[in-house]
This record gives sequence, structure tokens and C-alpha cells, in this order.
Amino acid sequence: MHRTKVRVATDVLDANATIARANRADFTRAGVRVLNLMSAPGAGKTSLLERVLVDGLPGVRPGVLEGDVQGSFDADRLSALHVPVTQLNTDPGFGGECHLDANMVRSALGSIALEEIDLLIIENVGNLVCPAEFRVGEDVRAMISSVTEGEDKPLKYPLMFRTCELVLINKIDLLPHLDFSLDRFLENLDRVNPGVEHMLVSARTGQGVHAFAAWLGALARGEIEAAA
Amino acid sequence: MHELALSRAILDSATEHAQGCRVRRVSVSVGALRQVVGDSLAFHFEILARDTVCDGALLELRRVPARLRCACGEEWELAELAFRCPRCGGADVSVLDGDQLRVESIEVEEAACTARR
Repeated sequence: MHRTKVRVATDVLDANATIARANRADFTRAGVRVLNLMSAPGAGKTSLLERVLVDGLPGVRPGVLEGDVQGSFDADRLSALHVPVTQLNTDPGFGGECHLDANMVRSALGSIALEEIDLLIIENVGNLVCPAEFRVGEDVRAMISSVTEGEDKPLKYPLMFRTCELVLINKIDLLPHLDFSLDRFLENLDRVNPGVEHMLVSARTGQGVHAFAAWLGALARGEIEAAA
Repeated sequence: MHELALSRAILDSATEHAQGCRVRRVSVSVGALRQVVGDSLAFHFEILARDTVCDGALLELRRVPARLRCACGEEWELAELAFRCPRCGGADVSVLDGDQLRVESIEVEEAACTARR
């Protein structure tokens, strides 16, 4: 049987990238800056957002897109802060995916009041592997790594740590109770993403949260650009 | 975990380029900087390909090492996870190769095409 080789040369995530660019163009047209916030489950994405949004961001009208496999627990918590929140579930209908992709975000665009906000924070599904592979139309990416997760995480999930413009180190109020070496963690972070900006925060005590709020303000004003 | 979604994208790409011909091999290059589990990718691909033109096709993965270049001009192949320049210690490092995940080519059987190529 005669076989023929056919050249393809197509990026596997080409379709996703195309939709992500369309999302970003729509956000830009609406004057909305977008943050893709990622972390492992339980690192404190929702808690940190609660903490930073409860006092409001001066001069910024934030909105949140909540990505979860199931349920609206996080969206319910955040909507109590009188911030526009849209829930996006990845369970059947979307295939129960472990991450958000560009098409899922596209499907939610109609239910986000873009004219009421100038900063959209997309809280991705808790996962340190898959979300890193899928652009969803964000301007920049940030991740949270909590000190209870251990200092080796940058070396175990290098793609996630490399893909972000900001790394938030959360739960630092627990440092006195842990064997976690912050120096070692920062060394590991520097190995996989040299020079990346990082912040020490505690969603529980509020420590460092003002710096994150200021960063979000700068992002909303278009003063923070993606590295790549 | 995202290998299912990646397999689906690979299958879509291969099927589109096959233009109705039976696919025997799908060649994919995987950069060392991607977190892709080859066995998992092949497993999902085999299941998704059933009853398509890619049914039974071999998914061939070619690993591509990561090559980096520092602003100082130094170029090197990444052997361990350390992205600072080994010569000057700088952080202004760009990736030359090894971050791809690309369907390079497919092999089709000319005589087994349901549609005209």
C-alpha cells in the first residue's frame, strides 16, 4: 500500500490560541484588562481575592470570572462583596475539564458585564499543570503558591511558575509553624523563572495585600505587560 | 490531565489534513519545556481515533531538547532546571527551541481515501 507523507506543521493548541486572541481583542475593545489567576486547589485564590476586593480597588472597577469544575461556592463568596461575578463550570457540557480554555471563556463572554468593569480577574480551576497550557485571552498571568505546599513546587511544576508575570506566596502567617524555607523556595523560583516579580502575602492577616492591590491597579491602568 | 484535550486537538489537526484518506502515522514534536505525558497522550489518542480516519494510526512523539540564549550571547542546551545564564548569571534568557507542541506531519494511504485529495 502506497503511503504519502503530508506536512502539517500546526501547533496543537493553535485553535485555542486563535480563540484566545479573539477573546483578548474583545476585552481590549471594551477597555478591560484581564488577569488569569492560577494555583493549586486550596492555595487561597478566592480568599486572597476576597481580602483584596473587600476594601475596593481605588479607581478600578473589578469583575471576576470564576472557573470551577462544579458548584458556585467561590462565586457566592465573592458576590457578597458586591463585585460582578460570573460562574463558569467545566463539568459535563464542557467535559469536566481540569482547566479553563479559551472556548469556555468565550462561551461566558455574553454573561460578563464588560461595560461595568475595567479589570477582569479570571480565577482558573485549581491545578498546577493544565491551566498553564491554555491561554484564555488574558493580558497577564499570576499564580499563588502557598507556603504549606512546600518549597520544591517551582521545580515540580516549572511550566506554571515560568508562565506567570507575578508569583504570590500566600499563608506567610503560618511560617513560624512550618519547616518551609522561604530562601530555598525563592532560590527554586529563581532557577525556573529568574527575576520574576513575587510578593509575600497572607489572605488571613492581610499582610502584603496592599501591594497586590496596587499591582492590580497598575494592571487595570495598562501599566503591566506580559513578558512574552 | 490535559492530555485528553491535547489528543483531541492532535486528532482534529490530523483529520483535517488527511482530507478523507486513511492515516497510518501522526508525527508530533514535543518540546522538553512542555508538561506532556507521552503514554497518556497515546492512550487518549487511540480511544478518540476509533471510527475516524485515524483509527489505528501510530502517534509518534519526537522529544525536542530545550535550547536557550542569553542576552550576553551565550547559547546552551538545558540539562537541568536552571534558566539563568551559566556564563553571566543573567535572567534575560529566551527560548530558542523546546517549547513546541506541534503536529509535524501525517502519513496517509493514497489508495484508501474516501474523498478526492
